[in-house]
Amino acid sequence: MSVKNHVTLEFPAVPENVEFARVAVACFASQISSFTLEEIDDVKLVVSEAVSNTVLHSYDVSGGIIRLSAARCNDTLTVIIEDFGKGIADVSQAKTPAFTTDPDRMGMGFTIMEALSDELHVSSVPGEGVKVVIRKSPHGAAKDSDDKEV
Amino acid sequence: METEVRVIGRVLVVGIWGELDLNTAPSFRSAVEEQLDANPDITDILLMMQEVTFIDSSGLGVILGRYKRLRPHGGNVIVVAPSPQARRALELSGLASVIPICDTEDEAWAKAVGV
Repeated sequence: MSVKNHVTLEFPAVPENVEFARVAVACFASQISSFTLEEIDDVKLVVSEAVSNTVLHSYDVSGGIIRLSAARCNDTLTVIIEDFGKGIADVSQAKTPAFTTDPDRMGMGFTIMEALSDELHVSSVPGEGVKVVIRKSPHGAAKDSDDKEV
Repeated sequence: METEVRVIGRVLVVGIWGELDLNTAPSFRSAVEEQLDANPDITDILLMMQEVTFIDSSGLGVILGRYKRLRPHGGNVIVVAPSPQARRALELSGLASVIPICDTEDEAWAKAVGV
């Protein structure tokens, strides 16, 4: 399998860039023509959750950077979201549904990300940052083509 | 993101247009909280979500927070005609099992005023 296209973006970890990140990835994902509109919406939601987590939790001071990479390998989209902040001490705890350090939040970000991704990997070294790897392939279109073959 | 708020009796009707995320959720929360603080008789909120083009857990958290504020007093938050993306986010987050979703404004009013 060869990478057909890839992009890498770096931007400050500020709330204004959450929309930028999800729209940029949605544009890139739309190059995989067999993604349905609903699947593109799912990609936007996953990226929005991942980038929001980084903006909220990764840096204690302003100026932190998010690096976002997207790659297309055949019909599989891989998105990597990295920061270089304080990291997560306990990734398993952070992924627990309804776990949140903020009373006005849901703590469902990782649950939503896991539900909408084919693969989700979160790794962190405290003091060095967090890396989130998301993979998604077009299932709706695959199902349609299966139906057509039958 | 734009909001429009109207107080009708004991019901706060909130129209929302656009995208609700980490960047826009604070102004949505402020618009609603301002009305709840100014009108302590409000029991229910109708959220008109047909024009919400995107919502993530930041926006959902604001909805949950207002539900937690009204519920102890017997009130509720009712979502009206959510867009397909909003409905999917409500369902994935589990919020749809807590907060009523109505397809029409009439249905939501019946639920809010109990007729």
